[in-house]
Amino acid sequence: MGDTADRRSPLAHTADRFAAATRASGGALRLAELPFLAQVNVRLDPKGPAADAVGLALGMTLPLEPNTVVHGGGLTAVWLGPDEWLVVGPPGSQEGLQEKVRTAIGSEHASVVDVSAQRTTLLVAGRHARDLLAHGCSLDLHPRSLGAGRCAQTTLARAQVVLVPRDAYKPGFWVLVRSSFASYLADWLLDAAAEYTAPKATASAHATSEYAMPQFAETSS
Amino acid sequence: MTAQTFRLPQGGRISREEALTFSFDGQEYTGFRGDTLASALLANGVHQIGTSVKLGRARGVFAAGSEEPNAVVQIEKPFPEPMLQATAVELYEGLAASSLPGRGRLADEPDPARYDAVHTHCDLLVVGAGPAGLAAAAAAARTGARVILADEQPELGGSLLGTGTLLDWAADVGAELDAAPEVRVLRRTTVFGHYDDNYVLAVERRTGHLGEKAPAHLSRERVWRIRARRVVLATGAHERSLAFGDNDRPGVMLAGAARTYVNRYGVLPGRRAVVFTTNDSAYAAALDLAAAGVEVAAVVDTRPEPGEAARVAAQAGIEVLRGYAVTGTTGEPHVTSVTAAALGEESTGRELAADLLLVSGGWNPVVHLYSQAGGKLRHDEALGSFVPDTCRQAVEVAGAAGGPASLPACLADGASAGTRAVEAEGFAIREPLQLPAAADSATSEPSSPAAQLWVVPGADPDRSFVDLQRDVTVADLARATGAGLRSVEHVKRYTTAGTAHDQGKTSGVLASGVVAHLLGVEVGELGTTTFRSPYAPVSFAALAGRDRGALHDPVRVTALHDWHIAHGAEFENVGQWKRPWYYPRDGEDMTAAVLRECRAAREGVALMDASTLGKIEVRGPDAGVFLDRLYTNMMSNLKVGRIRYGVMCGADGMVFDDGTVIRLAEDRYLTTTTTGNAAAVLEWMEEWLQTEWPELKVHCTSVTEQWATVALVGPRSRDVLGSLAPHLAVDNTDFPFMTWRDTEVAGIPARVCRISFSGELAYEINVLPWYATALWEALYEAGRPQGITPYGTETMHVLRAEKGYPIVGQDTDGTVTPQDLGMSWVVSKKKRDFVGKRSHARADASRPDRKHLVGLLPDDPGTLLPEGAHLVADAPLPEPPVPMLGHVTSSYRSAALGRTFALALVKGGRELIGDRLYAPVGGALVPVTVTSSVLYDPEGARRDG
Amino acid sequence: MLLIPCPWCGSRDEAEFHYGGQAHVPYPEDPASLDDTQWARYLFFRANPKGPLAERWCHTDGCRRWFNAVRNTATHDILAVYKPGEPRPVIA
Repeated sequence: MGDTADRRSPLAHTADRFAAATRASGGALRLAELPFLAQVNVRLDPKGPAADAVGLALGMTLPLEPNTVVHGGGLTAVWLGPDEWLVVGPPGSQEGLQEKVRTAIGSEHASVVDVSAQRTTLLVAGRHARDLLAHGCSLDLHPRSLGAGRCAQTTLARAQVVLVPRDAYKPGFWVLVRSSFASYLADWLLDAAAEYTAPKATASAHATSEYAMPQFAETSS
Repeated sequence: MTAQTFRLPQGGRISREEALTFSFDGQEYTGFRGDTLASALLANGVHQIGTSVKLGRARGVFAAGSEEPNAVVQIEKPFPEPMLQATAVELYEGLAASSLPGRGRLADEPDPARYDAVHTHCDLLVVGAGPAGLAAAAAAARTGARVILADEQPELGGSLLGTGTLLDWAADVGAELDAAPEVRVLRRTTVFGHYDDNYVLAVERRTGHLGEKAPAHLSRERVWRIRARRVVLATGAHERSLAFGDNDRPGVMLAGAARTYVNRYGVLPGRRAVVFTTNDSAYAAALDLAAAGVEVAAVVDTRPEPGEAARVAAQAGIEVLRGYAVTGTTGEPHVTSVTAAALGEESTGRELAADLLLVSGGWNPVVHLYSQAGGKLRHDEALGSFVPDTCRQAVEVAGAAGGPASLPACLADGASAGTRAVEAEGFAIREPLQLPAAADSATSEPSSPAAQLWVVPGADPDRSFVDLQRDVTVADLARATGAGLRSVEHVKRYTTAGTAHDQGKTSGVLASGVVAHLLGVEVGELGTTTFRSPYAPVSFAALAGRDRGALHDPVRVTALHDWHIAHGAEFENVGQWKRPWYYPRDGEDMTAAVLRECRAAREGVALMDASTLGKIEVRGPDAGVFLDRLYTNMMSNLKVGRIRYGVMCGADGMVFDDGTVIRLAEDRYLTTTTTGNAAAVLEWMEEWLQTEWPELKVHCTSVTEQWATVALVGPRSRDVLGSLAPHLAVDNTDFPFMTWRDTEVAGIPARVCRISFSGELAYEINVLPWYATALWEALYEAGRPQGITPYGTETMHVLRAEKGYPIVGQDTDGTVTPQDLGMSWVVSKKKRDFVGKRSHARADASRPDRKHLVGLLPDDPGTLLPEGAHLVADAPLPEPPVPMLGHVTSSYRSAALGRTFALALVKGGRELIGDRLYAPVGGALVPVTVTSSVLYDPEGARRDG
Repeated sequence: MLLIPCPWCGSRDEAEFHYGGQAHVPYPEDPASLDDTQWARYLFFRANPKGPLAERWCHTDGCRRWFNAVRNTATHDILAVYKPGEPRPVIA
């Protein structure tokens, strides 16, 4: 690994704008990059011995149900396909993680690839998180459909993303996006967030109802 | 400023405390919050809104909603917008509008407002907030189901707003729905498209009605992309017009619209009215107008025995002309008198003085969305219109959208449709909705059957307008049928009837009726034209939403993008990527910059960001077998530590992609793809693995962005690399061509590959993109003594073209085999099969006149051929047809050759080497000589430095 | 916008998928043994019915899995989806 002082994440140049938007929203939104998370792509036969071995080594079972995640021991295993997972861990843990998984797999047929820099992770949180994502995501984001424990690969605006709801109580998502699309997606999110981050942000949080109400209702009789 | 002389002293849904100043055609007026532009103009006695598109005839307000065919205006302020319906524009302070001669004009400045879209999902979408829609939404919402109620008006109530009934109930239901957590009420929202799987589009007008006060951070219009499990269409009905002489004058208005102006807006559309009807509904309008002070001169009813409604009207002192029709109007241009004549008699008719003529030809259920959703329609004889029949989607119709219905029936119909819909989605009704007692006397009267009258006898067909917006008359339709047209679809296209902004909402069924009458067939047999989205005009800005300007399409950038910008790069779009094209220095044009960059790469050292190449890691014990099947050459025998160039073909044998294959370990390969094809190649690999060869133990993983790649190129590149990679033996014996090494460069872990796309000694240095800038800057600094030069895609293209290396997608086009490219050496003869092999054995693949990739040297070394130029054999050009021999695929100025050159695909080109061909460019024939595609260093002497 | 039921991810917008042409057109066991006519039939000839057609689709923006769908070409109704290697279901 090189000197971390020289390290630069795909959205390093957006940090200030994310922070400003978060402040301006008055708590309604939180936008931030979670840079350098360890991400390891694991592909193996879910019915074979390698799946169990990896589960034991990581202290968590790999999720078998489509579009679900399992959290444990500081790691999150995200279902990407019937034989494919993304194991996400704290920054810098990718080498150890790969080692652990490879050792567990032994000579079984499996693929373990470091993809930590392939995508970066955005945090989109706050009570307007779902509203914000709904501007560009065709999935049903309602907690009845995409709540804690679930995940989805889909598109947000015109970028492919992995959405991972992060908390059962406070609305928030990880949005994993290919690094080359990150700047575009950040610009898009900041533009879409304008409604929730304008100077009178707390008032605008109720913008829809405020401006959609008939302004002459009191004259009805 | 004029007084609102036609405004009633009280009543209506307007806010009289909030007077608004606006202008029309430069004249200032006042109106009230709650007015539309149309109602405010009528309140000021302004009826004429514009002139018609073809005939230039004066036209006024005809309807009171989005079905308006006539009153189309240009908005001037705050932002110019063409062709808006005055009946659908809410009045705001400072509104400036002008009349139109049938056509608007687009703004010549960019629209500063925001537009956006939101995706949403629901168990039930109810379209229309009239009595049926409100009842449906209220009944469904009580179950906890996710319900969306959308209505185009700012206030809920639909037809109730026009009739003035049950408004308190509507307000109560609205408040209840607004408060329900899983319900979304979308006011000012027009549902304009209904597609497969109940995908429904609607546009919400959010801030336009606030004029200059519209907050800049809110989108002005929003497109709602709604996915509904079930839909209830409570879209009501449109009143239909009647065709008689001069029925287009200002002052002629639909009866229901006049009623709406009185009840909803407190506006008198005239002082003395004649009502022309074929059905009972217009009597309610007559009574409401009379109650508001309009003198109703007569009701002209086509029915000889109109029944109860006529009796009530007569009792109220209104004369009813039974079995009569209006045949014409006079006025200059506003109606001043109306001629009525008894049907079936040769009579001169009666002149009735009037400044207002109300028209009702019956009611058409609004079936547009139902039809768009795939619903079938049937003709209802009694109604004289088309009504919903069956639909393959989970769509129900409630209220007047399903056919004639009294108010109590609409309410009950809506409640049961809403209940059925959510019950079908598994929600339980806990307490049924209490419906209000409907007290609308007009609708509770026993009604007598409506009549249909398509062509009024004795009226002038040349002045009997069917489609007001398109100036289509009964005579025009007769010309169409006279020309032999028998289908309404053909008549529509021949006459343009129904093709305007209103899509014939008030005239479509009338047009069908007139055509059926002319052809002597039944209307039901003839049918209607197709109902297409959008239901109402939608601005392009709303449809574009956020996808405009910088966000129009994703811009993909590499980790080095900021460096490129800081160093003045011009960029080229490659797919969605922005790649540095060239780096002009002060005063340099592109030609000078590229020649300088080329020289640096050939004579010194240069570096390029090659991060955009697709990269796929292929792992597993069968990885070699798998790659052998997809590449034309052998990959399984590649030794660990080595690199091989490979070509992939489709099953048709044509080149699909090319790149390098690196063997990382016995069971691990890293393949690269062209920049634009990365996703397609991975999908292609997965398709074979998942569908055809599931037995192969191979996994593919995209690592395109896991690695940033810097190409370090030129005879001095070894010195620069050596100075930064102390652990790497860089000399040719220890680190030969087409091998790779893991090492550190500038202290950064790196995989260095000896690959050359220029023919020069070159390295591709791969590091994590997090360290790409650190690496690049270290190389740039270390190479300073050698004059290291950053270069872009244009120089890359020149360098590779000088070597005859093709670019897939530029020098190939899906009809080119590896053999056509002169690359038989990359096609294995040993392998039993690979994708494309069998096609290479087709007779077509060995035709002697296949196009080959060759080089071209223009006779004049300064002439640059345009890419795409054709090539011909003879000068001067023979008589057409001139045989085309091929075309130029790449064309550049070469610093190394000191002249221009090109690559081209030419029929039997390899047999023509040395021959003269001509490229027609502009008016001239440019002479060129065919050469080998390899023009520089054909011996390959330079690649090892 | 159709909803296409991915066998793994459930119903998603059509825009998330790529079309892969007619299903059950297997790559020939030994292409070299086919004459030009037989090979051309594999390469260029596909069914074009009005009604149910078994097709390959890939959930490109989602799980990246290829699967088969029986789609009524006249109505766009997806009558069945099934994984590669599974037999085409009988559609009544």
